[in-house]
Amino acid sequence: MTATYEATERARAARRRRHRGPRGERVASAFLHLELLVVAIIVIFPLMWIVGASFSPGTGLANASPIPEDATLDHYVSLFTETDYGRWYLNSLYVATLNMVGSVVLSALCGYVFSRIKFKGRKAGLLGILILQMFPTFLTAIAVYMLFLNFGLLDSLTGLALVSIAAALPYNTWLMKGYTDNLPASLDEAAAIDGASRWTIFVKIVLPLMRPMLTFVAITQFTMPWMDFILPALLLQSPEKQTVALGLFAMIEDVYQNAFTTFAAGAVILAVPITVLYIVLQRYLVTGASAGAEKG
Amino acid sequence: MSTAQKVSGPPAPVPGIASALVWGAGQLINRQAGKAAFFFAFFALLIGWEMGTGNYYAGMDYDARGNGGFFVKGLWGLFTLGTQPRQMTVTGLTDGDNSIVLMANGLIALLTLALLAIMWIWSIRDAVAYRRKLNDGAPRETSLAYFKRVWEGAFAYIVLSPGLVLIVFMSVLPVLFGILVAFTDYNRDNLPPKNLVNWVGFENFATIFAVPSWTATFIGVLGWTFVWAILATATTYAAGFVQAVLLANRKVKFPRVWRSVFLLPWAVPGIVSALVFRAMFNGQFGPVSQWLVDVGLTDERIYWFTDPSHPNLARAVALLVNLWLGFPFFMALVGGVLTNIPDSYYEAARMDGAGPLQQLRHITFPVVHRTVSPLLILAFVSNFNNFGVIYFLTQGGPDNADYRFAGSTDLLITWLFNLTLDNRLYNIGAVMSMLIFVIVGTISVWNLNRSKAIREL
Repeated sequence: MTATYEATERARAARRRRHRGPRGERVASAFLHLELLVVAIIVIFPLMWIVGASFSPGTGLANASPIPEDATLDHYVSLFTETDYGRWYLNSLYVATLNMVGSVVLSALCGYVFSRIKFKGRKAGLLGILILQMFPTFLTAIAVYMLFLNFGLLDSLTGLALVSIAAALPYNTWLMKGYTDNLPASLDEAAAIDGASRWTIFVKIVLPLMRPMLTFVAITQFTMPWMDFILPALLLQSPEKQTVALGLFAMIEDVYQNAFTTFAAGAVILAVPITVLYIVLQRYLVTGASAGAEKG
Repeated sequence: MSTAQKVSGPPAPVPGIASALVWGAGQLINRQAGKAAFFFAFFALLIGWEMGTGNYYAGMDYDARGNGGFFVKGLWGLFTLGTQPRQMTVTGLTDGDNSIVLMANGLIALLTLALLAIMWIWSIRDAVAYRRKLNDGAPRETSLAYFKRVWEGAFAYIVLSPGLVLIVFMSVLPVLFGILVAFTDYNRDNLPPKNLVNWVGFENFATIFAVPSWTATFIGVLGWTFVWAILATATTYAAGFVQAVLLANRKVKFPRVWRSVFLLPWAVPGIVSALVFRAMFNGQFGPVSQWLVDVGLTDERIYWFTDPSHPNLARAVALLVNLWLGFPFFMALVGGVLTNIPDSYYEAARMDGAGPLQQLRHITFPVVHRTVSPLLILAFVSNFNNFGVIYFLTQGGPDNADYRFAGSTDLLITWLFNLTLDNRLYNIGAVMSMLIFVIVGTISVWNLNRSKAIREL
């Protein structure tokens, strides 16, 4: 008797598994959404806390709360009146713009040449690029610091931008070359037969097709200087030449300075534009990053 | 006149040797005045530069330090690193040699010489090749036609030159300079222009591997760096994978909203997030310690990053924070791969009676892993050098009494930063840089060898 009972029970269970009733579905769905909600809270809480802190009354870390009761804009005001935040912001903007323009122009040119033109030294050049991009940036950064120190070139925002462009150029060239390799060559061959010069082919035909990769390099190189710390920390010294990252770090380093809520306001102003940019352009950024991996 | 095709002239090596001695002389023998002038111009530049910057009229006594020009004095400086220290005399401080400036100038002279050497070799080979062709009966070519031919083929070089110049002076020169410093005694006890810097051979390498306190620090920091890089990569990948698979489920309502929320840690600048976590985990005033006390889980505040008796606590928190920062990137990547897996795979699996877990294990995971695995190596390397998280979050702390200039969570790169910037041990820092490069380079080369990149060059 028990054997048949067990058999029918097993059959029933199997049927239940096969046609999961709406009830089981709903439970699974609830668990799924619960997990998503928990992760979302973990993700959002620190961000909410810092936004809340920037509106909290008081100045210290202990005063910070995610949902302040008497919200105030004082810290945003004092950020621009009592600290050099505006100055830092403009400095970062200057370095970021220069870095973006220089990186996009140079890497597009070099990537196109390495991808489409056969010339003596091409192989050696590509190998050199591969080796150079393996050198961690800070290795050159520290040597650049020692060189600049002894030649009196420290403390220049343009110098910082040039070093940043050079440091990222091998990798960006490699990305551009890989992307151009995958573009159909028949278009430029046809144009070459029609008598177009190499320069015309590059500007009129290849460059428009490179747009997704140009966008990727432009965004990454524009946002990089806002977050970069090592290079500016090494190369910039005077107070009026600081970037946002350096300024914010100095502000939080000393907890007894009681400037935490002002730091929070500065962090929010730094983070919001970049965050929006990343979320809006996420598609470009993710495909660009995986393209880099495919090509080495 | 049947042999008129054959131009009588010296055998091919003669103009080559001539060009090797005086650039362009071989071309002159070949009767190509234009080319001869072109190559001679570079020769004149080299000699003129040396003469103009040196002091060659001063008399009979010649020494490189006093009379050498840009190239001779440069090479002398690179070789000796200066011989005259700064001295106190009756008239005040004398100008001594600045070893580091000498070394840098020497490197620039050496790089310039290397570039000129390319012209030199070009002129010799051209002289030999042209004469050989003539002797074999080829027609003459005017210099003008030659340069036109070269110019048309030079588009690539002209376009590359701005990038090349930038890289040579901003990347290659510093890299070479950094390598040289590793073999000197340039540090806080020996700073030019007060003191002279000397070549010390492999002494700095010996210091790291033979002085016990240095070796202990190096091994300890290196071990933790590896553990950190492996765990940080594995945890972010695993969490990103799980989150992407859950989000891809058809039951999820508003998937795009969830996705955008989960992408926030990736979109917020890393320095801001790391500094926010540093404040949250601040032992004295931070909200996390406060909350634990308020809830009653702990009796007193926890000093997450500053308590030397709990180094592993700081390490674990650093890994958790890194997980928060790093999982969205993998989630986005894996999500992209998931949308490209055809539904027919899963249908076939269902027909064969595979459950959801089996589908995940035998279809989803292998497909995703094949696409993502090259990125895992890149992620490992970037975690190996993850300056941001460690420096901003813990600043290397808590202190470790057994280490030299390093704390318990310090990675090789943050230790290197401390050594160079805070402690001015430039030589030891340079050695560290080279060691990091060897480790990272080995991993990257291994990775490249597996991929097609090298073969496609």
